[in-house]
Amino acid sequence: MKSWLLQCWTLLRQLSGDDAYERYLRHQLSQHPDEPPLDRKSFFKREQERKWHGIKRCC
Amino acid sequence: MTRNWRQNLIWLAVAVTGASAAGGIALNRGESINAIWFIVAAVCTYLIGYRFYSAWIAAKVLMLDDTRATPAERLADGRDYVPTNRWVVFGHHFAAIAGPGPLIGPTLAAQFGYLPGTLWILAGSVLAGCVQDMIVLFCSMRRDGRSLGQMARDELGPVGGFAALLATFLIMIILIAVLGLVVVNAMKHSPWATSTVAATIPIAVFIGIYMRYLRPGRVLEGSLLGVGLLLLSVGAGGWVDQQAGLREWFNHPGLPLAFAVIGYGLLAAILPVWLLLAPRDYLSTYMKLGTVVLLAVAIVILQPDVKMPALTQFIDGTGPIFAGSLFPFVFITIACGAISGFHSLISSGTTPKLLENERDIRMVGYGGMALESFVAIMALLAACVLDPGVYFAINSPAGVVGADPATAVATITSWGYPVTVEQMNSLAATMGEATLFARTGGAPSLAVGMASIFASAFGDHLLAMWYHFAIMFEAVFILTTLDAGTRVGRFMLQDMLGNFIPKLGQTSWYPSVVLSSCLVVAGWGYFLYIGVIDPNGGVNILWPLFGISNQLLAAIALTVATSILIKTGRVKYVWVTALPLLWLLILTSTAVFQKITSDDPRIGFFAAANDLQHKLDAGLLTADKAAVAPQLIFNQQLDACLALLFVVLLYLVVGDMLRMAWRRQRGLAVLPSSETPYQPSQLPKVMG
Repeated sequence: MKSWLLQCWTLLRQLSGDDAYERYLRHQLSQHPDEPPLDRKSFFKREQERKWHGIKRCC
Repeated sequence: MTRNWRQNLIWLAVAVTGASAAGGIALNRGESINAIWFIVAAVCTYLIGYRFYSAWIAAKVLMLDDTRATPAERLADGRDYVPTNRWVVFGHHFAAIAGPGPLIGPTLAAQFGYLPGTLWILAGSVLAGCVQDMIVLFCSMRRDGRSLGQMARDELGPVGGFAALLATFLIMIILIAVLGLVVVNAMKHSPWATSTVAATIPIAVFIGIYMRYLRPGRVLEGSLLGVGLLLLSVGAGGWVDQQAGLREWFNHPGLPLAFAVIGYGLLAAILPVWLLLAPRDYLSTYMKLGTVVLLAVAIVILQPDVKMPALTQFIDGTGPIFAGSLFPFVFITIACGAISGFHSLISSGTTPKLLENERDIRMVGYGGMALESFVAIMALLAACVLDPGVYFAINSPAGVVGADPATAVATITSWGYPVTVEQMNSLAATMGEATLFARTGGAPSLAVGMASIFASAFGDHLLAMWYHFAIMFEAVFILTTLDAGTRVGRFMLQDMLGNFIPKLGQTSWYPSVVLSSCLVVAGWGYFLYIGVIDPNGGVNILWPLFGISNQLLAAIALTVATSILIKTGRVKYVWVTALPLLWLLILTSTAVFQKITSDDPRIGFFAAANDLQHKLDAGLLTADKAAVAPQLIFNQQLDACLALLFVVLLYLVVGDMLRMAWRRQRGLAVLPSSETPYQPSQLPKVMG
């Protein structure tokens, strides 16, 4: 039960993008260990600019 | 063997249940029918379609290969291309494709009765809409997640590519205009609705600042806070409505509200996304998902009776809400609930860059659209559980039934849908509105339907609250589409202008941002303005035009998909996309033909222009109508040209596809298929 709830929570965080920064840090540390990662604030700003650059919403 | 048998039996039971529910709905005459049968028929149809048709397409036509590395894996960059859990992708995909269209289209199409709409939403989605979304997603995934426009250019050539781009841009303009009109009509002379909708703007800005500075990136807590504030704003709107002085601040006719929406659109397009667009989108996504789930639960708990007849006399084309006969206008009107061209832009946008396995195409592409179609069924139900007399009184424009309540109810009652002025007044009073007559656009009638369902299921005393909650919910995500659409329109325009003046193509050069935003807003603002001053309510012109353009984009997407099937040696199965394409071609061509050549001034654009000109010349118009007549005449002619341009674009693309198919058949050279070669996947396979 507890692990099931945890799984739902993880899924919810992933769905909403709440954990985006943590995922970015993991990706950055494993793929580009030599570059310093962005801080949370600038990462979030960059992500939002990028996200709304294309067609994201429909009729 | 026994397991197989058990499974076959289960699917047989699903099929039989679905068929009996659908048969019951279709053959029922005279007596009222319970809404739960619609839900049963719909769910069984989607299950059968998903289990059999989509599985067959996945295995035989597309030959999905779960050993093949997807773009998300091959091109993983941690930003655009990210291998993602399929449930997460499903959520994102659904949130992206689910817009206000499937709520409004079925509400309007209910004027034909419940049957035509239900049948088309079900059949159209499983056989065409879901197939389009799934196959476009597949095509894009095999091409590194390329967009529909790029695929059209790669597979068909520059003509097809340009036509697809221009069609997308024009659809965006018409779509935003019609959505703006829906919001304006919902706010007209309603201080409660207007103040609530207005309050969503500072709420979104506050959440934007919260997520950017106070608690950067804490999306869940920010959204939760925002949703709480939105619910509060519904209550606060009720309070504003009670204050004699304050309510006048928010009590406006259509035209000033239209200008406010236009101004807002411009502001939203040039402000940074984090301040308004992004937080509003978070809020609208949660509101949307929450309300849709709530509506489904309420319908299942309450099991309301459908009061609309199966068919109304308006299938002959004389409908008050929009003119035009059952064929082709029920299909044009429902649009997104059955097949939506816009989805092909999402299926070839973000989604293909996220899927970690080709096998997930089925669930995300086909399943996502099936769920969207279910939303359309619920919107149709919310319209059909209203008394038909009430439904027509809310949705019919004053220009058709008469501006004075007594005349309006007399006209509607004479059609065989009894309704009284007292009934409408007391309904308006319980909903906290001054009047519900001629509240066209679909949003107020949907809100009345939803409010009655919610109130009966969860407590009767809060009708006015539920009504304004429903209005706020519709307005929030209509405005999100408006913001996002204006922004995308701006990028497209900058892209096109950049071909002539390179400097204008720089998306971050501020003068270019302002100039192109103004042009896009002027484009949809014009149609919104005309829609508001049109005494026939504007919806009669704008919604069919939107439907035609949306179905046209779907046809372009299916053309691209068909040509890809042909080129990749799947000619045997080409009918999977070619038959829906043929149907859409017949549909859009007939609709455009009627819109241009019909003698009925409510259907034909030129007929309307001539009719108005004659009345103007003969001096039959009142002074205020005569003042706007020249603009309306010009607009009818412009709309005719636009409709014509739409079909020309479509035939250009289809012609390009046929030329390619013919050359290929003759063994002549064609553009090579741009599919990315096979690479084995390295990702661990999850079973299931």
